[in-house]
Amino acid sequence: MKNFKNGFIKENPVFCLYLGMCSTLALSTNLNNALGMGICVTVVLVLSNAIISLIRNITPDEIRIPVYIVVIATLVSVVELLVHAFIPSLFDALGAFLSLIVVNCIILGRAEAFAKKNPVLPSIIDGLGMGLGYTFAIVLISMIREFLSTAWVSLYNPFNMSQLIIRVGIPQLSKYTISLFSSSVGAFLTFACIAALFAFINNKSKEGKK
Amino acid sequence: MKLLTIALSAVLINNIVLAKFLGVCPFLGVSKNTKSALGMGVAVIFVIFSSSILTYAVQYFVLVPLHIEYMQLISFILIIAAFVQFVEMFMKKHLPGLYKTLGVYLPLITTNCAVLYVAQDNITKGYNFLETVVNSIATPLGFLLVIYLFSCVRERLDYAHTPKPFKGNPIGLVVAGLMALAFAGLAGII
Repeated sequence: MKNFKNGFIKENPVFCLYLGMCSTLALSTNLNNALGMGICVTVVLVLSNAIISLIRNITPDEIRIPVYIVVIATLVSVVELLVHAFIPSLFDALGAFLSLIVVNCIILGRAEAFAKKNPVLPSIIDGLGMGLGYTFAIVLISMIREFLSTAWVSLYNPFNMSQLIIRVGIPQLSKYTISLFSSSVGAFLTFACIAALFAFINNKSKEGKK
Repeated sequence: MKLLTIALSAVLINNIVLAKFLGVCPFLGVSKNTKSALGMGVAVIFVIFSSSILTYAVQYFVLVPLHIEYMQLISFILIIAAFVQFVEMFMKKHLPGLYKTLGVYLPLITTNCAVLYVAQDNITKGYNFLETVVNSIATPLGFLLVIYLFSCVRERLDYAHTPKPFKGNPIGLVVAGLMALAFAGLAGII
């Protein structure tokens, strides 16, 4: 349970450990892409942690990295084919970043830091916690960016893009949007401010303990 | 002319770090001083150039004739991983000083998304061999340029009074954002 909670604030993989930043920055332009990417990463992370933990005793130490990479690449190929078949709109939106989940540092990092020395169940829980921590981070950034650049935050049904699930916003602000935040500049700035906020919270809680 | 367009767009306009957000981890991690930033940049150029040519050959001489294009991801990432291991061994033996400064980030070139991205990009854009070569030199050159400029700024930043929560990576990201703004201004040259 502790591993699970750690993934959100104290050891959030994105804001505190600075892992998996590339996809977080690139795909946080709107809520739909962010949520889709977060779910894909969580699925791959949970499965890869489980498999790597299962084979941890029969993997020779010298070649463990290539073994992990093959496991992860296979899982990502499966997820990519499934998304392509069932949610084509998400497949187009995520583009190259879907196959680049393979090189998302979070996944290899958790395999190396946790799954290779822990039994299956804790590894699955760790994967779930870290995956949800990543999803939380990318969704948070995407909501801020989407709101600042369009004054709305909207979520569509991924299987049918014309069906709107929820849409929240302040229409009065739509004249004062900052389109900069939908570009790469906004991604870096939003990320920097949230990372500073997390550092501030973590410093406070450390000082409190002293 | 097309080659020049590919090169210019890869270095300046669609810069791999600032416009495409690939390779951000080493960009933040190894940019604390200019020397290791240069070392990382050169290592990345070497790895991307060689692995792109290898993966190009594998795609058109193995995967396409056998009709197993769906194995692309697995075979590409294995080639890249093997290649990085080779570079690491070479550096350990012949350039121990640089090996120490790059430290943990050298094996992490494997998980530098830029390497895999360039390999796949060459295939999806349907580049011929010459275009592949140009693209796989120009893209990491863009990385080297940006990481070098960024490390110069960061060395100065150490002496600046930044608010405490912003110290380290967050202020680095603000700088990266401003650099992205500057590079976006170059978009008109093609």
